[in-house]
Amino acid sequence: MFAVFQYPFIQNAFLAGSLVAVMAGILGYFLVARGLTFAGHALSSIGFAGAAGAVLLGVSPVYGLLVSTVAASLAISVLGREVRERDVAIGVIMTFALGLGILFLSLYRGYAERAYSILFGTIVGISRSDVLVTAGLSFGVLATLALLGRPLLFSSFDPVLAEARGLPVQFLGSLFLVLVAVTVSIAMQVIGVLLVFALLVGPPATAIRLVHRPAYAIGLSVILGLAYTWLGILLAANSAWPVSFYITTLSFGVYLPVRLISSKYQRSRQVRLASFLPPVSQEAVVMDDEQTRVPILSKKEKRRD
Amino acid sequence: MIDLFQHDFVRNAFLAGSVVAVVSGLVGYFVVLRGQAFACEALSHIGFTGATAAALLGVSSLGGMFFFTLLAALGMGLLGKRLRSRDVEVGMVLTFMLGLGVLFLSIITQNATTAVNILFGSILSVTYSDVLVTIGAGLLTILLLACLFRPLLFASFDPDVAEARGVPVQGLSLIFLLLLALSVSEAMKVVGVLLVFALLVVPAAAAEHLTHRPLSAILLSVSISLISTWGGLILAFIGHWPASFYIVSLTSIFYFVSLGIWAFHSPRRHQDTSHPSREVFPPIP
Repeated sequence: MFAVFQYPFIQNAFLAGSLVAVMAGILGYFLVARGLTFAGHALSSIGFAGAAGAVLLGVSPVYGLLVSTVAASLAISVLGREVRERDVAIGVIMTFALGLGILFLSLYRGYAERAYSILFGTIVGISRSDVLVTAGLSFGVLATLALLGRPLLFSSFDPVLAEARGLPVQFLGSLFLVLVAVTVSIAMQVIGVLLVFALLVGPPATAIRLVHRPAYAIGLSVILGLAYTWLGILLAANSAWPVSFYITTLSFGVYLPVRLISSKYQRSRQVRLASFLPPVSQEAVVMDDEQTRVPILSKKEKRRD
Repeated sequence: MIDLFQHDFVRNAFLAGSVVAVVSGLVGYFVVLRGQAFACEALSHIGFTGATAAALLGVSSLGGMFFFTLLAALGMGLLGKRLRSRDVEVGMVLTFMLGLGVLFLSIITQNATTAVNILFGSILSVTYSDVLVTIGAGLLTILLLACLFRPLLFASFDPDVAEARGVPVQGLSLIFLLLLALSVSEAMKVVGVLLVFALLVVPAAAAEHLTHRPLSAILLSVSISLISTWGGLILAFIGHWPASFYIVSLTSIFYFVSLGIWAFHSPRRHQDTSHPSREVFPPIP
């Protein structure tokens, strides 16, 4: 089972996959908290055009992905605040980018295999230099996150209050999307453009259901992401089935029971809380009423007197 | 140019393309109106699994797509209102379905061309029997939409008032999702799984920028998708680039031009335009 580690491409896949899983676990938490999952999906699809263009020019797809996703993330953050209109506009840009991607690839000989590997990822295609690029980019992203973690968390949970406190919410949002763009670009090597969602949203969505504190949830989502990636690569290396299938199945297979159980658990906890709450809240209301009514009553009583 | 139509595959492509364009322009108007663009995306990804499963079993890909998307639409319709604002859940199911599709593909062959054809469409490989199925399903969709037009429009504009008036909103929503599944499966044959958005949402979104009246918006959306499909096919036969690329580019150009026109007339959108449903049925105080 572990004999596959002799091969350098498996080592590369493990290294790159681990870096990707850590970053996706952390950034995905913020992505889910901010409700930007559709933007994450769109960014990865837009990346397809960049990767295809880079293949056509004979450069490594990572650079094409980086350029296209960062540009798209800036465009999305500029596009404005009307959410309904923005979603359709993102969708149009995404579809157009996919069309452009297929054009680039059709100009390139042997395009079907290339398109397939960009869309669904391959573990055999990762070179040592790709791993180095991935490591450099992920350290950059992690350093930025370490600096901006607290304000970003604040503005994700309560943007209005954060803005009132003087935080540059708009700027933080744009910067965050750029970080997502970088993560999507490097995640694509392992799992492919279409399935980035499985690593970016799967682990944090599961973790949020299990623990409430942000730090614990981020930690759990990183652990889950690492587990999916490692297991997925190990299973794929020992069988004929593709790695992206294993990772998506693991991600979904853990998410589904957690989602089903946690909603029941939360409901029962709410019921328990509710059975505890009424006396407490009634007391509070009564006390409040007394406090507010006392002066009025006393005035009336004085008048009566 | 006209010589092209002597070839069977060209005629098949034009026939299937025209039917799909009309149906998706029509259905797309309601998709945009009801804000179901994400459901459309979800159904198309589920269709990918259907197409690959059909390839695995050696059945027609259209049949596999119909089966999977109709099943998914039924599930979505039964979940009903609870499905709204559940991007994470829908996204997880989507990704799992794509992963399953990849597995089916890798079991059949290591041939990546099948995947690319499903994902990006293969209008030139449409067979005559596919055309017949497409025309049948298209006629069924148009007929049902014509019968349900007024109640569906009412329920889409103002579900609460429609429900109060006794319109079966839930049932209509389920029927519409089934129709959407049919049209998504057809559109996938023309532009592919990933570009269904281009035919189902983009023309209607462009039309919505240009007019507020339902009938003219539907006519406009149908004509935009027809012009884009025909233009895309003709360009694909003249040039050597894929048809889906041309179709997507044309509809995107229409969208951005309409966005420009809309923004140019921006003072009008700040005016309080009366809601179409309110004109016919005043809200109950």
